[in-house]
Formats: sequence, structure tokens, C-alpha cells
Amino acid sequence: MEQFNNRNVSNEYFLVDIEDYPTDGWGKFKRVVKRTFRAELFVGLWVVLREMIKFDIHTVSYPEEKMPIGPRYRAVHEMKRLWESDAERCIGCGLCEKICISNCIRMDTKIDAESRKEVSEYTINLGRCIYCGYCAEVCPELAITHGGEYENASEQREQFIDFKTMLTPLEAMKAGTQLEFEGFGAITPHEDERVKKTPLAY
Amino acid sequence: MSKITINIDGKEIETEEGEYILNAARANDIFIPAICYLTRCSPTLACRICLVEADGKQVYACNAKSKDGMNITTKTETIAKEHRAIMEVYDVNHPLQCGVCDQSGECELQNYTLEMGVDSQSYAVKDVDRSSHDWGHIHYDPGLCIVCERCVTVCKDMIGDNSLKTVPRGGDALEAEYKESMPKDAYSMWNKLNKSLIGLTNGTDVLDCTSCGECAAVCPVGALVDTHFMYKSNAWELTQIPATCGHCSAGCQIYYDVKHTSVSDDTRKIYRVMNEWNYVSLCGAGRYGFDYENRVASKDEKAFASAIEAFKKADTIEFTSTITNEEAFILQSLKEKYGYKLINKEAKSFQTFLKNYSEVSGSMLYSGDLELTHNCNFVISIGAALKSDNPNARYALNNSMTVNKGAGLYFHPVKDPIIEGLGKSIMTVEHAPLQEEVALYLILDLFADKEKLPVNVLEYLEGFHSKKTITVEETIKEEIVEIVKEMKLNEETGVEEEVEVEMKKMVPKKVSKEVEVDDNALLEILGLDDSFMETLEKNLNKKDSFAMIVGEDMYNHPNSKNIARLVALVEKCSEIKLTIIPPLTNSLGVSLICELDDKRGSFTVGYNTKADFTISALGDGDLDMPAMNQQEGTLTSINKRVNPTNAALPYYGYELNDIANELGLVSEQTIDYTPSLAAKAGFKDVNFDDLPNHYENDGSEHRGYLLEDIKVKEGSNQNVEPFSDEKLLRDAEMIIYLANPVRQFTEFTHKTTNLDEVSGLYLSEEFLASSEFKEGQSVRVKNSNGEIVVNIVSDNKIAGDIAVLPTFDTKINSEALFNGYRFNKASIERV
Repeated sequence: MEQFNNRNVSNEYFLVDIEDYPTDGWGKFKRVVKRTFRAELFVGLWVVLREMIKFDIHTVSYPEEKMPIGPRYRAVHEMKRLWESDAERCIGCGLCEKICISNCIRMDTKIDAESRKEVSEYTINLGRCIYCGYCAEVCPELAITHGGEYENASEQREQFIDFKTMLTPLEAMKAGTQLEFEGFGAITPHEDERVKKTPLAY
Repeated sequence: MSKITINIDGKEIETEEGEYILNAARANDIFIPAICYLTRCSPTLACRICLVEADGKQVYACNAKSKDGMNITTKTETIAKEHRAIMEVYDVNHPLQCGVCDQSGECELQNYTLEMGVDSQSYAVKDVDRSSHDWGHIHYDPGLCIVCERCVTVCKDMIGDNSLKTVPRGGDALEAEYKESMPKDAYSMWNKLNKSLIGLTNGTDVLDCTSCGECAAVCPVGALVDTHFMYKSNAWELTQIPATCGHCSAGCQIYYDVKHTSVSDDTRKIYRVMNEWNYVSLCGAGRYGFDYENRVASKDEKAFASAIEAFKKADTIEFTSTITNEEAFILQSLKEKYGYKLINKEAKSFQTFLKNYSEVSGSMLYSGDLELTHNCNFVISIGAALKSDNPNARYALNNSMTVNKGAGLYFHPVKDPIIEGLGKSIMTVEHAPLQEEVALYLILDLFADKEKLPVNVLEYLEGFHSKKTITVEETIKEEIVEIVKEMKLNEETGVEEEVEVEMKKMVPKKVSKEVEVDDNALLEILGLDDSFMETLEKNLNKKDSFAMIVGEDMYNHPNSKNIARLVALVEKCSEIKLTIIPPLTNSLGVSLICELDDKRGSFTVGYNTKADFTISALGDGDLDMPAMNQQEGTLTSINKRVNPTNAALPYYGYELNDIANELGLVSEQTIDYTPSLAAKAGFKDVNFDDLPNHYENDGSEHRGYLLEDIKVKEGSNQNVEPFSDEKLLRDAEMIIYLANPVRQFTEFTHKTTNLDEVSGLYLSEEFLASSEFKEGQSVRVKNSNGEIVVNIVSDNKIAGDIAVLPTFDTKINSEALFNGYRFNKASIERV
């Protein structure tokens, strides 16, 4: 880490050898002629052509090839379900809506048939979302999280944040493949040891 | 009461002698935590968190009175320990589900838990089953309840319904070791808390009260919530628009809580109505009747053009008093410019009543208001169905009785179980209709300073007095001596022996004796028996401040002129502070601003009332107008205050000002007229935007301004007439009365979704039980004026055999049966 800690870089500055800029008209004309006929453009083109023929490619060939996404990556949001009941985790507390600094989350809640709070509408305006992760961090139920879907070029970005599509599909729940988000808002390791226990009279 | 100085945390503050320390601190921006205390109610002493040290002694700030030179410390080590323990106790078994609690964000438990820095729990007790109850318009979740009893206190001390009480919780007692280990106050608070929950006094599981919702408003946690608001929105999403309630003349300050309608609809919507419950209490209409707006998508130019035409053609404008002062001013200006006749029946009779009153009293307006009434300890109400005409006047009456240890005297022909239920010290007099004059003479006789009364009135009153001899049975205590045998140990011999002992005893004994007493014929005329004077004397004991509320029955009374003069005489010759209830929202403003006419002309434009051409905020007229929650402007309240109100909801159509501009008045906004309202009636030259609308921490009201007290010349004739012997008595025909049920005032309250009162002919339960009529039956109510067909509604908020007809539903043309006076006779038969 030492190389990063040393922020005093002034000693390593050096001057690049640059010719003085021409000041008069004749000088400028000479520079244009020189640059044009030295064919600098073709030098670059040749390098590209040469490397293409060699087929020795060092970059990822997107979109055939994709880099793996880290578990803490913050792309389009997901809504998780409860492991026990497959019911959606979101309780409609509105904290994500409140904390959202680009003010792009909105939800409607109502009282459902079982007198519980139900989220009837939920939207995120992805055109405004800055993927800061606050919503996932503040969520008390680990319901809203970020997922790995970063390819959100589309005619209507709305389709990504339809509440139903954000929810983990029930098949994934059956297969047990719902992934817990490890980024902002996730439970820190050894949480149990650090919490002060509330006494119980049972 | 005198000014004193006390010292709180080193800050010298000035307050009144005997003021509670908490109130003194609050008025001076010193923070003392308190949960169970409500400013205008009596201290409950449930939470004990307002603990302070006064002159080295621990006292509760909410019920300790300040004395001159007192030294108060709000923060000591023991107090901090108590605070922390109290908040931990409140958190015991409290669900940690703030996410689905409607109070989250404005919860006092959340706030104080954070304030006291509670980050761990040290106490525990087994919980009991606390499942939630649906009480009708209120939802109670005992699981969230911290039993601060604020709901019980406000219902008893302010509203007067006495619908809530604490009920036993059951479950385990606290562990004995806590008594030693816990801070003292926290323990005793917990001990009490652990034994109780909140329940209903009527024994059922549904509230049967006047449905004001004040209990839910004062609840510091989410235990009591309005059913209509459950899970609709979080507190922090709502924008509060300060306004003035537009339903009755009380002019309560309210906040419309608004937010976008839904995810897909950005239009503003009112989600609920909130109030500063420490300083103002709402009725059910104010709290739940908020969605009466007139939604108009755009300006209807065609309708506007025909409106202008109608205005040009018309010679009369008829309107109701649900308009702002500015609109009233516009109408008056139009009258001055084009000579329109202005017709407003209910404001006209009120205006005439006030005029007659002024002739004797010498001032344009009455001397009292509801705030004064709150602080009195003897309140008289006459000529008003108080609970429905002006709920806030009833709160004032109740509050004065409960908190000031006061008493009340309620004159009204309709027997009213709600008023009777206010307390033991309310006396109700059910005189016959038309006898209001007699009642006023009785008030003069009882309360007027005999030296101030004109000689002829004094003589007239004396004419009713005579001496009579009655036999009274008195219970006196007599001493008797009894000889009782007792076993006693003889100390010398050590043997028990019988001894005779003389015992002196006081024994009550009944004695009859004849006494000469004063006989007041007025009492007999009003149908009162001898016990009335006895009870009154008991109730008048230690009373030093008096108030009188005069209501709507009087304004259209056949002898209303004489009544108005009598009312003025009562005010003039006694210490009674007088308040006159304006019949509708802004009747006072209208009667001060507009010159009203009696007879309409040939073509009438109606504003909020059906006429040849109707402009209406009810959405049923020829041209739409904004409703009160869509307008800004000022309203003149019963408290003689000009209150500003703001637009909570958008309105895209035409308003009265547009019509006026088209007709040649020039003003960009309606509120541009605010500074030019009738100065000769006491209005001030203040811009609308400079009018404040809030309460200060010390409870002082900063809303708009008070009308200036304008003196008028007393009339040369100061005489009052003797009362007429006329009275309405029930014979073959029923007596009918024109009044709305509680929570209903006009077609506007009728329009709202949460106020679901059924309209019809209201008959008391006891009357229905003893007659052949049944609830729901269709009946024809008929008299010489006309007839209507209505359904019978059983009403347990009235008693006796007077039938009540409402005005809030224009489908029932109740007024057709009356000649102005609110009582009449009619026959009722099944259809």
C-alpha cells in the first residue's frame, strides 16, 4: 500500500519534450504541411490492422464474452422473497422512497384483506436512478437489493423495474437459487455476537 | 393570578402564579419531555417522564404549580436514570415493526427512545394476547399502546363523550426484584402500565360517540389510527397545508395533509386532516370531511359566457355563507355597482339579530368568544343544539366543567343525552319551544346585577316572586349515648370480665320543619321543579367567571328582536361573557360585509344554492366554482377572528373573481381584496400574505387578526318587552326541529366519503320503542306549510319526542315545513 500512501509525487515530475508552438503564419503553415505528409494517420491504422490479423486480442470481446460481476455490484434493482414462505419481503415501509437522493422511487400502499400493509404499486425511475445503493442499505427487510443486470439499454427502461419482474421468480425460489445480496445493507458477519440481547421473560 | 418569576436551568422566566411548570417551560422554549400531558386538559400523571427537581424536590412538571422564586432543574443524574428507565419500559414488548406502523416518523415513542438514547433493554415481562380491534372509524392496536391515557383524557376533558376508559390487561405481575433494582418512578409507571389497556365504556366493540377522531389525533404511537388512513401513506411524505376548516363557524385551524394521488396519478389529494391538538380540537366533520373539492379539468368557456350573460340579466344574487370574506366583498361590490339584491336567508336573520343586539348593548359584536368560554367556570347555553350547531362550543362547555371544576346550564327543548352525559354538573332545561324569552328572563333574574337592571325589568321580574311556606325534611345528627357491654382484661386479676362502657354516637335523624322560601314563577313556567334552585345553588358555589352561548334558534324566533335585546341586557347587567353562534361557516363575515335584502327580484343567480342560473362548488351548477379547500381567502369565525385559509388542492376552472373582472371590477386575485374588506365593521388593512396561521408554544393564537371592537350608538329605546305566553306543546301533532346530526352541516359535508350519516327524520330510540313507527319506514311529514316524504332514522344522540329534520341533504327539503323558526308542528303518517 505504500505506493498509494505516498502522495508526494512532485519529485517525479518531468517535462515532456514539446516543440515551441509556431507564432507566425509561416510557421503554422509549415507545421500543417509537415503533419500532413508524414502520414501519421497511417501509422496508427497499420498498428490496428497488424494486431487484427495476429488475432492476439487482449480485451474482452463484448457482447460474446462478459466479465463476471462482483456480488456487490450495483446494477438494476431486484426484489427478494422470503425463504420460508416465498412471500415478498417488501413491507411497504417507504424508507427507500424517503432516502432516495435522486427521488426516483415511488410506492402506493393499502390495507389488504388480512389487515396487513400491502404494496399495491412500486416504481423506480431508472432514468433518474444513480445506483447509489442507499435503498438497499436502508431496507430493513433486505427486500430491495441491487442485481447484476447492467444492460439496461432499451426502448422502455420501465420494463426492468416492474414490481413483478423485480421479484425473484417462484421457480428460482423452488430451485433455491435466489442469491442474497452481499453489498450495501447486507448483514455484516458475526452480527449476532455484537448485538446486545434483549431479555425475555419466557 | 399574578406575575411571578421562576428559574428553570438558570434561566429567569416570568409566568403566572399557579401555572404548571411544564407550561411555563414550554412557553419559554425550555424542553421538558412529556408524553401524557395535554395542554388544555387536566394532568393525567401516567408517563411520569416530565420529572423535574423543584427546590431540591422531585416533582412532575405537568402538575406542579409554579411559586414565586422557584428554582427548577430539568437535568440531574437521577432524572436521567428515570428517563432512560421509563423509555426502556415503554419499549418492553413494543413491536419493532415501525415499517408497517402509520405513526412511524411522527411517533413520540420513536422520538423519545432516541432522545433518551435507549440502545439496549434491561427489563422484561411476559406479554398477553393483544390483538387489534376495529372500533369503526377508529382502529385500536393494543400491541402498540403505551397506555399514556391521552385518548381517555381528551375524550373526557375536552370532547365530553367519555367513550374511552382503561380496562384491565391481565397477565403476569412484574418480577419482585424490579421494585428494588429499578428507578422508583419508572417502576411505579410500569406497574400501572402493566395492568391496563384502553377499552370502550359502552361495553361493545364499536365506538358509539360523536366520532370526532380526537383520540386518534392525540395518540403518540400508532395504537389509535383513523380507519380511513390505515396504511395509505407515511407521515413524512405528506405536505401540510395550513388552513381554516370551512364547515362551521368555529373556524378551527387545520392542516390538510396532501400528496400525489398514486404512482401513476400526480394530482394532489388530501389524505387526512391534522390539528394542533394541544390548542384546538376538531369535530368529526373537520377531521373526516375533507374530500368535498370540486374537480374541474379546464375552464369551461361556454358556461362562463352564459354565466356572464346570466349576471347581466339578473337582478338578484342568492348565496349561502360557505364563502370567503373576499367573495362576500366581491358580491357586495357588485351590488354597489349594479344594484343586485343580495339574498342570504340565514345570514340575514343573523345580521338582523346582531343589529337588534347592538342597539341595546352599544357594541357591534358580542364580548366573549369560545376561548373565554373555555376558561370560565359557569357556562350557559341557550337556543342552540350545541353538539351539532357548533361542536367547538360544546367542547368549550365541557372543558370548562371538567378542567375548571365548572358547571353548566343548557336550555333547549330537545333532550340531548350527549349534553347530559358531559358530567354531573351540567343542568339541562327542556323548556317548550318559543319559551326562549322566559329562559332569558330567568337568566336575568338569576345572574343580573339587580342594581344595573332597568327599573321596569326589575319590577317585572319581582312580579314573579312570591313567598311560600313549604315543609322540608331535614336530616340532623343527634348525639346519643349507648351503654355497651364489653369484655375487658382486668389488669389486677388477669381475668377477663364484663365491663359496661358508655359509647357516644352520632345518629342521623329526620326532622320536618316549615320554612318560608322564595317561589319563582318563572321556574314553573319553564316546567322546572323546586329541586332546580337547590342544584343550581350547589353548582354556583365558588363560581366566579360566567359565559353564555346563544344559538341559532333565536335568530328566526318570532320575537327575535326582543330576544336580541334581552341577550344584550343579560350581557350588560351581569358578568356573563356572551358568544353568539353564527349559523354557518362565514355568516358573521357575510353579515358584516354585505348589505342583505329580504325579497328577491325576477331573475336570480345562485351561488351554491339552486336558482335560475347556478354557479356552484358542489359540482351540480351551471358553472363550476372552487370549493373551500381549493381557495385561498379569509373566513370570519365565531371568535371574531379573520382566519386565512389556503388552497390545498388545485382548481383549473373559473372563480367568482373571474366573473367580477368580466363585469368591470379589477383585481388579479381574489385575495387582493383582503386589505379592503369592510373597515367600518372592524376588518383591518392587512395583505393576505401577511396573515399568520399558527399557534405559539405558549398556546397563543397567531391566526389572521381579531376584528376591531367597534362601538355603535345605543338606540334611544332601551326597553325590552315582556315575554309572550306562546309555546309549542305536543298534542296530536309532533314537534319537529330543524337540525343536522353531529358531523353534518351542509351539502359539502354530505358530499364527503367518510361522513356517512344517513339523512331522514330522526327519532329518538325511546320514542321509536313506544310508537308504531319503525326505523327505515317511509313517512309523510305534513303541516300547513307543506309536506315531505322521508325515511325514519333511529338516533340515539337525541332523546324525548321531538323529531329532527336535517338540512345537509338538499334532497330532503326540510325548510319547506318551517316558517323560519327552527321548531314547528307537523303530523307524521306512514306512507
